[in-house]
This record gives sequence, C-alpha cells and structure tokens, in this order.
Amino acid sequence: MVVAARAVGFGLPLAVVMAWVLTRYRFPGRSLLNALVHLPLVLPPVVTGWLLLILFGIRGPIGSLLLAWFDIRLVFTTAGASLACAVMTFPVMVRSVRLSLEAVDPGLEQAARTLGAGRLDRLFNVTLPLASPGILVGGIVGYATCLGEFGAVITFAANIPGQTQTLPLAIYAALQVPGGEQKAAELSLISLTLALIGLLLSEWLGKRLNVALGR
Amino acid sequence: MSLSVRLRHDFPSARIDMAFEVPSAGVTVLFGPSGAGKSTIILAAAGLLRPNECRIEVDGQIMADTETGMWLPPEQRRTGLVFQDARLFPHMSVATNLRFGMRRARPGTIRFDDVVDLLGIAALLDRRPNTLSGGERQRVAIGRALLAQPQLLLMDEPLASLDSARKSEILPWLTRLKTALRLPVLYVTHDLDELTRLADSMVLIEAGHVVGFGPLAEMAARADLPLALRDDAAGLLHCRVAEHDVGRQLTRLDAGGATFLVPLLDAEVGAACRIRIPAREVILARRAPDAISLHNIIAGTVRRIAGDPARRAVMVEIALADGALLARVTPDAITRLALSLGGPVLALIKSTSIEVLGG
Repeated sequence: MVVAARAVGFGLPLAVVMAWVLTRYRFPGRSLLNALVHLPLVLPPVVTGWLLLILFGIRGPIGSLLLAWFDIRLVFTTAGASLACAVMTFPVMVRSVRLSLEAVDPGLEQAARTLGAGRLDRLFNVTLPLASPGILVGGIVGYATCLGEFGAVITFAANIPGQTQTLPLAIYAALQVPGGEQKAAELSLISLTLALIGLLLSEWLGKRLNVALGR
Repeated sequence: MSLSVRLRHDFPSARIDMAFEVPSAGVTVLFGPSGAGKSTIILAAAGLLRPNECRIEVDGQIMADTETGMWLPPEQRRTGLVFQDARLFPHMSVATNLRFGMRRARPGTIRFDDVVDLLGIAALLDRRPNTLSGGERQRVAIGRALLAQPQLLLMDEPLASLDSARKSEILPWLTRLKTALRLPVLYVTHDLDELTRLADSMVLIEAGHVVGFGPLAEMAARADLPLALRDDAAGLLHCRVAEHDVGRQLTRLDAGGATFLVPLLDAEVGAACRIRIPAREVILARRAPDAISLHNIIAGTVRRIAGDPARRAVMVEIALADGALLARVTPDAITRLALSLGGPVLALIKSTSIEVLGG
C-alpha cells in the first residue's frame, strides 16, 4: 500500500508535466520521448526491472551517484519498489492526463490570456482544474495498477516481506509454500476488492468532478 | 483621438492587406462577408495572431508595431475580447468569471456593480455558466471583458451564435453599454441590423481589403459601395425627436437638415435616435404632388447615380443639407425626370417606411 501511494505521489506530478510537454510542445525528439514514456507498457515487466537494476543498481550509473551523494540505496528497498511501480504505471498516468489535457478547449486558454493571465496562471487556474478528472482517474488507476505490480518489482526490489512485498508477490510466495492456498485465496480476494474499489472510485469521482466543472 | 490600424498578413490561401483610421470614440463596426478578414483584425489587435506586418494605435498609444518589433503578448495588452462563443470558464461561477480579468488588472474606472447593473446579470452571479442561456452567457462574457479594464474592447460577432429572439434580447443591452461607457469598441459583424443599431463608424471589408471607412451615416449613403447593392440598402440619418403631435398620432424628427414625420413614437422630445430609410421605398419627383397620402417630401440634390445592372436599376444618392438618402429607381425614371448630377430632386417617403432605431 505504502509502495503504491509513494509511487503515485511521485509519479503523478511527473506524469502531468510529461503529458503537458507532449501535448503542448512540438520539438525534435518528441516521438522518441513519447515512445520512451510508453516503453514500460509494451516491454515485459521483468525487462523493465532489469533495466532499472542496471541504471539504479549500486554499481549502475545513477544508482552509484545516488549512493555516493545522498546515501540513497534503491535496490531491494521500499523506495526501490516504489520506483519500479512508478515507472511501470507512468505510461498509464501520462495517457490519462494527456487525454484530458487535449480535451481542454484552447479557446478558454485564449480567453484567459486576453484577460491578463500569464502562462503559469493559466495552467493552474484554467487548464489543470479543467483537466482534473483525467488527472484524478490517472492517479487512481495508477494506484490500483501499482498494487498489482509484480515483474518489475521482484526483479528490481526483490520480495522482502514487510518491505518490498506487494500483494501479488505475497500471493506468489504463499502459493510456493505447501498448504498456502488458503492464504493465497485470502490475499487474492483483497486484491480483487482493492481493484474493484479503485475502478469504482475513479468512475464515481470522475463523474462528481465533471458535475463540479459544469459539464 | 483616433484608432488606426494597418495590417498585412499572408495566409496560405489568402492575402490580407488593410488599413483604416477612425475616431476612437464610440463603436467602429468592421462589416463584410464571412472570410473577408474581419476576425484577423480582432485577433491581431488582441495579440492572439501575429501578422507579418501590423501597426495598431489607440489614442496615440501604440499597442503593436511590427516595424519597431514592438509586440505585447495578449496578457499585457489590456484589450478586452468578446468571442462569438462566450468562452466562460465552466469550473467557475458567474461572479468568479466576471472577476477573473478584474483581479489581474490594475484598478480602473469600470466598477463591478455598475457592469452587473448595466448588463442586468445580478440574478446570475451564483450560477454556473452551463445553466445560463446563450444570451445570458454572452452578457456575462461582455461583463468579464469590460471588468478587465480594457483600453480597447474587441467584439468578434458576439451575437452570431444566437437566434434572432436572443439577439433582440441582447441588442438593447449593447446600445445601453455604448452610451454608458466611453471606451473605443471594435465590433465585427456581417449583420446589417447590428451595424445600423450600434455603429458610429464603419469599416467595410471585402476579400482581405478595406473598401471604405468613415462615419456610418456617410458610408450608408454611398451609392458606389457594395452596401448599396444589397436588397436592404438604406440611407441612415442621425436625428432628434422635435415634437409629438398626439392629435394626428405623428412625431416630428429633425434629421439631416430636414424634417421627417413618422408614426407617434414613445420617446422624449430631444432624444437622439437614428432613422433608416430603405432605398427601395423612396420615390423621386420633380414637382411636389398634391392630394397624396405620404407625409415626407424632402428636397435635395442628386449627388451620384450608380448603376446596378443585376437588378436593371440605378441607385441615386440624394444630398441633404447634412446627410444623404438613397433611392433605388429604374434607369427609365432617371430619363423621364431628366435627373442630372447636381440638379434638384424631391424624395417622397411614406412615414410608415421610416424605421426608427434607438440611440
């Protein structure tokens, strides 16, 4: 749970920025950036985890710097599990945010401009509030997906109970133990419930927000 | 005190090259068919479109001049823009919408309560834009633009998306606004009714070029402009209510140095108004007829005779002491009456053919 919350907490703002950049700016390398963002969606999760291990591992180019400068170790820690989750759910969040940003009428931003609103002013008072249903749905779906993340987490952060063990990892571990079917069934039920709640919540909140936005 | 605009821009399919200068006081209507380039002027004045060449000056203050590289972004320009679709922010109440520009502008002379009053939107303040009718939305949009304390108000066909009932609901508000605020207004429309009711000056635009510009009454009376080729071409005169004759159920109006009788009006003596006299309703004569039902026999001189081959007709421009009338007649009528440029003529106008407009 904590892993997923942290993953969404750090991932969502980044996803908003990324979605903003991808919708509003045309620059060389935009398609490449777009492809990179979506890569975890199509890559086998284990491969993503392995790539993270190479980049953020203690001897990896980024991981070694983090360790040397800030004494942060990501591999096999809760933070590492969050990072893996965040990377895996990033494309889902970016897609959702991007769709809602594209749906915001540029005419409203023009109107805001003629009324004296500068770039950031427009972003925070017009664009983001209008895109908020998509951002929210992105966060909730991202959260639910994080809870179910398996491949990238086990590769990058291993399966340490109480630290990096996500629900599917716990279910998998339970199934490996003779007589663990009971526990696995319980955990699966929790997983099912959480997923369902997540989807219903996003639907409900989305509707509420749309009403608040006067649509 | 003037408003001068010069603009040149090459679109992929059309070239726009326009220049005009009009008094800044009052409403200047940019009039012309769709796609003539009227909106380009508005967008350039607001700073939302940067033409290849452009210079805009209001009352001696330069808002944009591409020659010196001066180009203020829209958010620093202090031009209020009312779009065809109101573009209210759906996530804010009417009051918050109204204050959006006001909170971001330097304090000015246009006050919140006055605008709410002037536009009659006090009852709407707590509502959301999606619960408003088209006419109400447009009124709120006008208020929002005004409260941003603009130096120049731009209106891009603000009534075009409304049906005619909504249009007639909002037109009186605009006329009120015009008299209450001393603010230069550029108003785009292709609707003759809006033009005759609101304009003080007009700029006639066709296919990316300015065909003519000047005071409305002068422009409306020009037989050589495309306006005169319209079915509803008409002379326009500014007038003053001189006298009511309740007994005869008539009102006397002073206009253009002449006197006109119209069916009794519901207006105060001394009130200013406009009259519109359709060219096809005007009869020409050399001698005043007697025993005739019409009231208005106006003496003038023939100033211009312009052909209208499509209708097999001609348009005659009749100069009065101050102003002019238009009359659409057949070429045969010109021959029979032996009308010539500079010669005297009488215009016969039924009092019921005269349209009286407010303001």
